[in-house]
Amino acid sequence: MNLKSSTSSLTGFFSSKPKFKYYLPQILTVLGIIFIFGYFSYNAQVNMDNRGIDFGLRFLGEEASFDIQFSLIEYSGTSSYARAYLVGVLNTILVAVIGIFFATILGIVIGISRLSPNYLISRIAEWYIEIFRNIPLLLQLFFWYFAALRALPLPKEAINFFDVAYLSVKGLYVPKFIWTNFSFFLYSIIASIIAIIFVYRYARKQQESTGKQIPKFIISLGIIIIIPLLTFLIGGVSLSFEYPVLTQLSKTIFNYIGGVSIIPELMALALALSLYTATFIAECVRAGIMGVTKGQKEAAASIGLTTGQILRLVIMPQALRIIIPPTTNQYLNLTKNSSLAAAIAYPDIVLVFAGTAMMQTGRAIEIVSITMLTYLSLSIAISIFMNWYNKKIAIKEK
Amino acid sequence: MIKSLNFLGRPTRDKLSLFVPLGISFFVLGIIDVILNSFFGVNITSVLPGWLNFFTPLFFGFVGLHYVRIEFSGNKTLDSLNKNINSNWFNAILTLLIIFVLIKNIPPLLNWLFIDADFIGTSKEECSREGACWVFINVWFKRLMYGLYPNAEIWRINLTFLMLIGLVISAFFVPVKIKKYIIIFLLFLFPFIAINLISGGNFGLEWVETAAWGGLSLTFIISIFALLFCFPVGMFLALGRRSSAPVIRYTSIGFIEFWRGVPLITVLFMASVMMPMFLPDGTYMDKLVRVIIAITLFEAAYMAEVIRGGLQALPRGQYDAGKSLGMGYWRMHLLVILPQALKLVIPGIANTFLALVKDTPLILVVGLLELVGMIDMAKSNPDWLGFATEGYIFAGVVFWIICFNMSRYSQRLEKRYKTDR
Amino acid sequence: MSDKIIEMVDVSKWFDDFQVLKNINLEVLLKQKIVVCGPSGSGKSTLIRCINRLEEHQKGKIVVDGIELSESTKNIEKIRAEVGMVFQQFNLFPHLSIVDNCTLAPIWVKKMPKKHAEEFALKELEKVKILDQAKKFPGQLSGGQQQRAAIARALCMQPKIMLFDEPTSALDPEMIKEVLDAMVDLAKEGMTMIVVTHEMGFAKEVADEVIFMDEGMIVEKAATKEFFANPKSDRTKLFLSQIL
Repeated sequence: MNLKSSTSSLTGFFSSKPKFKYYLPQILTVLGIIFIFGYFSYNAQVNMDNRGIDFGLRFLGEEASFDIQFSLIEYSGTSSYARAYLVGVLNTILVAVIGIFFATILGIVIGISRLSPNYLISRIAEWYIEIFRNIPLLLQLFFWYFAALRALPLPKEAINFFDVAYLSVKGLYVPKFIWTNFSFFLYSIIASIIAIIFVYRYARKQQESTGKQIPKFIISLGIIIIIPLLTFLIGGVSLSFEYPVLTQLSKTIFNYIGGVSIIPELMALALALSLYTATFIAECVRAGIMGVTKGQKEAAASIGLTTGQILRLVIMPQALRIIIPPTTNQYLNLTKNSSLAAAIAYPDIVLVFAGTAMMQTGRAIEIVSITMLTYLSLSIAISIFMNWYNKKIAIKEK
Repeated sequence: MIKSLNFLGRPTRDKLSLFVPLGISFFVLGIIDVILNSFFGVNITSVLPGWLNFFTPLFFGFVGLHYVRIEFSGNKTLDSLNKNINSNWFNAILTLLIIFVLIKNIPPLLNWLFIDADFIGTSKEECSREGACWVFINVWFKRLMYGLYPNAEIWRINLTFLMLIGLVISAFFVPVKIKKYIIIFLLFLFPFIAINLISGGNFGLEWVETAAWGGLSLTFIISIFALLFCFPVGMFLALGRRSSAPVIRYTSIGFIEFWRGVPLITVLFMASVMMPMFLPDGTYMDKLVRVIIAITLFEAAYMAEVIRGGLQALPRGQYDAGKSLGMGYWRMHLLVILPQALKLVIPGIANTFLALVKDTPLILVVGLLELVGMIDMAKSNPDWLGFATEGYIFAGVVFWIICFNMSRYSQRLEKRYKTDR
Repeated sequence: MSDKIIEMVDVSKWFDDFQVLKNINLEVLLKQKIVVCGPSGSGKSTLIRCINRLEEHQKGKIVVDGIELSESTKNIEKIRAEVGMVFQQFNLFPHLSIVDNCTLAPIWVKKMPKKHAEEFALKELEKVKILDQAKKFPGQLSGGQQQRAAIARALCMQPKIMLFDEPTSALDPEMIKEVLDAMVDLAKEGMTMIVVTHEMGFAKEVADEVIFMDEGMIVEKAATKEFFANPKSDRTKLFLSQIL
């Protein structure tokens, strides 16, 4: 046996074993991953030693000693880094919720307008989508923050909304709600919601057994209005307002004191996110409505259903199945895009934690990892929910 | 209430000659009212109290459109107009509102943008504050395009891009044999040439540090490099995700879902502050290189999902045919599967590239100044304060032109490949 | 066979400029079975779609069971409850099971209790021989089964008239028979039926009258035997020679 045939039979031996082909790449991959992680960890250790930083999460308990411009909870310079992180998370959630709310409404309106037989309306909707979709979000954000909102008047000449709210270059000032016995009011709302659920259940049972339909919508409306109202009249709940008042802070500086101030950073971010994401949601809505064939509407009409019933029982269930998955994806994108706050100094997670806190502590690895993990957990949670939802409502096919 | 307008009789096709002129007169009256009001300050209905005054043009227009709403009048233009914007009273009101809003706002906007604007000049004084100050853009144009790249060396950037465009165009028009060589040249040799030209340091060219690169040229450099590299990485990830070997599959899934779950800003922060910690002590990797690597990996995850869609859409028969012909995994994928799958998802690839271009402005948070970043710098210059609007409108238009045309092109590709099947 | 259940007088309809129905005059008596045939584009689908107001006529009068078809939504809904329709594309609701497809209208329009509606639906499904598919979803059924389910769905509203718009044109050949059989059974039970179809075998077996339409007009209308034996118009002869 010469060398050539022995090596060829050697490789021939190995490549003919399917198990070999199956296991070798995997083993190599695992080794590769271990090597890469090991290499990075070693370097990180060396670098940190050189700088005198140690690795750990204990810094989260230390005093943050920086201020945050806007916070939904109590926070001061003496609060811990962990608390600063929490403030950042809450601010992110706040702007995401506001953005999602307006983006959805606007997206639905534009999506439906796209389908309007009215030429003007559908063209305008189309141009809206083409314009706001093709300009980078960061650019739109900068435009609103640096150009549009900067053009608002000074507090002295603020735009006045019925003498209760004021819009100026320093922000939007609205009255602050001051409650007494708020928890009682909250319980009444929860109780009303539970009552409404029972009303709907009862109405469905009634319909199944006797066929009669109870006006459940009106009854529910009545419940949600009357029960909380009662807490005001006889429950000792009351609501007063603290109005923003124009005060002279110094010889040339005026501003509004009191009430709640919505900073221009929040306004610009919410505005940019809503207008941008609405374009994508509009396309989802349009696809959903167009996805229901014309024949469905005709068949439903031919068996005698009213227009409202056709929409509710036949069209919306089918349309929503098409609309909801990509729209949820857009909500996720909006939440991720809210990280652009860092570019205009709105105190969200990225600015507060991965920005200020990291500059102060120098703990790049821990902080950037925590920030990324926060977004990652949100993404994964929503993915899992979407998978569960899709399986549940999937239209069964052969 | 609408019925009360019918005191002259219902508008039908037999009374065409009565209703059409009547309707048009009312409609035109409404429009004239709005025009006079907005531009000449004249109020022809000032006899009426405040808010009623506001609604008179709407009323006139509504009455006019009502009289013109004749079903099947026989006149083609009238009919198509009616069906379109005047099919019922709700539509009529929406149409009127839209027309009035346009009349009120478009002329002042055009005025500010073009008529009263200043285009020529070299300093701030040449800008009267009545219209847009495009002098600002004029003066800063070179910086906006090339960043802080030294003026004398700008020809190098221009040369690189001309070469790129020339190669790409020639790839479309040469016979297939030469095409292969051009593509290999483009993918493997050209990047080296480009880097040497732009960065310099060799061949007698002056060295320009990456921090000086900027402007729209930087946008293109990053986009093109990232696209070039995220494509093969994405392909491997897509194949890995569909692999039957669990280790490879889960590694791919983990990798893809990680990059897709985090915002690009955090990725850029990671590249900027975290990556240096992972490199051996003393080594320094240029910030631009780190950023391009980060963006590449980020977009590769999205590209992987797009390609995976193509791989999944391919009928199983293709895989079966390849296997039954005795092809191994790699040969089958290279010759049969990938060419078809990629063709299927060309629109998806184009979309990913579009998203990449729209994402590039984010690099300004780590200190690299592409077009938006340069505008930021320009508007903060003490000699040129207050022109943020003009700057952002300019950048918006530039990006819009690029992105709009890219999306149009991808739509056209999609149509072409749909009919192909 | 007594009173008129459908009466169409001088009915005309335009799509934009194009006149698709030209002065149609038609009378249908209770329990009558009518087959409408003709080349494509002749307006036969439009004709029956005007009867349940899926299309609006511009001129003329249509009266169904004494109620005139006009813009009044109340009238339209009343008429639709009495007229059932079966479509070429079945148009079953994919998100509901077969039995739910059938009980949807009785529950929400006729306000029937659910159990009652389900009992009735299962009976109708049995009549068209797909009782075993009741809990399945439309996507899981074959074309023939879906169309029979669509017939059952229309019948669950207990209509006086059944309209069929080319019910077998979208079916694979081996499934046409099962649907036609269901329609024959229905005819034998005494239902008033207007069927737009090319299936002349069905016409010969079940129809009382056959109508031939071309270019928006009723060209020939005759009792079945007479129609096939002695077609009067040349156009009718041409059409029959093409499809028989």
